Amino acid sequence: MKLDEMIRAALRALLRNKMRTFLTSLGMTIGVGAVIAMVVIGQGAKAKVEETFTSMGTNVIIINPGSVVTGGAKAGAGTISTLTFDDLRAMQEELPSIHLTAALLKATCPLIAEDQNWTTTVNGTTPEYFQIRVWAASAGSTFDVPDVEHATKVAMIGQTVAEKLFGSADAKAVGRKIRIKNVPFQVLGILERKGQSPSGYDFDDQVFIPISTFQRQIAGGLHNYINKGAIYVAANPSFGTTRAQADIESLLRERHHLAADAEPDFLIKNLDEIAKAKQESTETLTTFLAGIAAVSLLVGGIGIMNIMLVSVTERTREIGLRMAVGAQPRDILLQFLVEAVSLSALGGVLGIAVGLGAAQRLAARFQWPVKVQPELLVVAVGFSALVGIVFGVYPARKAAQLDPIDALRYE
Amino acid sequence: MSTAVVALEQVSKVYRTGEVCVEALHGLNLRITPGEFVAIMGTSGSGKSTLLHILGCLDRPSSGRYRLAGHDVARLDRRALAQVRNRMLGFVFQSFNLLPRTNALENVELPLVYAGRPRRERRKLAAAALERVGLASRLFHHPNQLSGGQQQRVAIARALVCDPRLVLADEPTGNLDSRTGIEIMELFESIHRQGVTVVLVTHEPEIAAYASRLVVIKDGTLCSDEPVTARARPFAAASGAGSGP
Repeated sequence: MKLDEMIRAALRALLRNKMRTFLTSLGMTIGVGAVIAMVVIGQGAKAKVEETFTSMGTNVIIINPGSVVTGGAKAGAGTISTLTFDDLRAMQEELPSIHLTAALLKATCPLIAEDQNWTTTVNGTTPEYFQIRVWAASAGSTFDVPDVEHATKVAMIGQTVAEKLFGSADAKAVGRKIRIKNVPFQVLGILERKGQSPSGYDFDDQVFIPISTFQRQIAGGLHNYINKGAIYVAANPSFGTTRAQADIESLLRERHHLAADAEPDFLIKNLDEIAKAKQESTETLTTFLAGIAAVSLLVGGIGIMNIMLVSVTERTREIGLRMAVGAQPRDILLQFLVEAVSLSALGGVLGIAVGLGAAQRLAARFQWPVKVQPELLVVAVGFSALVGIVFGVYPARKAAQLDPIDALRYE
Repeated sequence: MSTAVVALEQVSKVYRTGEVCVEALHGLNLRITPGEFVAIMGTSGSGKSTLLHILGCLDRPSSGRYRLAGHDVARLDRRALAQVRNRMLGFVFQSFNLLPRTNALENVELPLVYAGRPRRERRKLAAAALERVGLASRLFHHPNQLSGGQQQRVAIARALVCDPRLVLADEPTGNLDSRTGIEIMELFESIHRQGVTVVLVTHEPEIAAYASRLVVIKDGTLCSDEPVTARARPFAAASGAGSGP
């Protein structure tokens, strides 16, 4: 008997019991669907995390001042020290593991354009900040070192701010006037869209002005402390962020005269490590889902084996007759094996449809990119066929080993 | 005489169930020549089923020789026996044994499928066999759309489709009413007249009367073996009159 005829015969046998066939392959459908959805979503989530952290800049370390309360009153008295511009200069000069540094001062201010107003975060910083964050202007240009030296009144605005003040984020806004805290500024450029941070903060809802201008016009005077703000650092790629973080920590501890066992009075955030942790957590989730998928494939396989055993028993006389008219044991074995594989492959194909559908819906909801590799589909169908073979062999062997006389007599 | 379809020499069959040995056949000799119509009778437990299974290559004798159309088949393995059944034998069963939800044509094609014949040839041969049993107009009917007698005709077509050396019928009228039974026996008779060798197992003397030779088995050996006289066939004569125009 040729294979194409066997497949046709198997499909006909399966069509005779449509409901049973559907319910039996449902186990495989769920298993394969879970695998597909899990892989597609897992890859989408991973890509999304990567995209987000890449948009925040690579090799980036953020140092926040005074985020940690310094113990009891005794230990803290007279030793309060938050980040200073001297700390910044020391890092830049003394640590070879650091490539770039930038201070960022923050304030929330009302903005006024010709006929619109908006309140948002205004940041004072230096041009290095845009290098560290890998953030270019989509229109106009970013401010430069002379702007900081001369404290010029120029501003870089994010896409969201441009939309709120000027109705659109195109180049028309460049060169126009806005007033920050009633001080007139010229819009020098509009920054590229960055989207949201992993915690949902809108990067595009910000304004950047030279740090010197910020100190004079917004903060109202020069201070050595970087209190409401942070230091941004790009690690030297040949050292890596972990080394840079350790160097910064020991330098700041020394400069702040902290004992070895004292809580630090600053907080270091290593974006690379956060990104890695995020990725690891998605991987853990993926592994967990893979476990569930494996279990449901196993259960699906057992379901197929069960129904094939029922089928062999029900069709004992048919098997006897086939043997009487000349079927070889091999013919019977293959007949039932092909049926089992058709069942599981059918479940697999349905599972791909279900899995992709579920992945599409979830991805659309969480705005993840959907990436489907064709190999994944081949592997899914191949694997479900393999489940059919593994769980179909035993019933098929049982059928092939029947004695034709007993089989024909079976009631 | 070497052309005998069936030549059994000193055939014995012993079944072992645990400690107990049952000898179903005991040194049985039987020759059937081409074109014969043999009825085998015997009470239950006489060994006639065992004989049928051995004749049909579904089982092997414990000892003795069995030559089927000149081939020694007594020591063949399962695979070779399946091939012999496919090429040389046709079976008709009491309970028809048609595949459900499969039309008459495809049921008749089944032995040809296992013989590896191409699809088109199978169609042609199966249709011809169905025509031969008077079912030319029922090719695409499923078993549940056919009467008992029609189902048995399909089974007979299936037995004939491979052009076998020997057709074995096991109580072929056992599940039919007597009128339909007579029709089926007339079909066997006409097949026999066309030159097919038929061996029929039955416990009804009226059915056995259609054969040309009657073999009676008792306690695993031949009890009697004689030609059937026309006088012993009351039903054949009666039905012949009844089926007239």
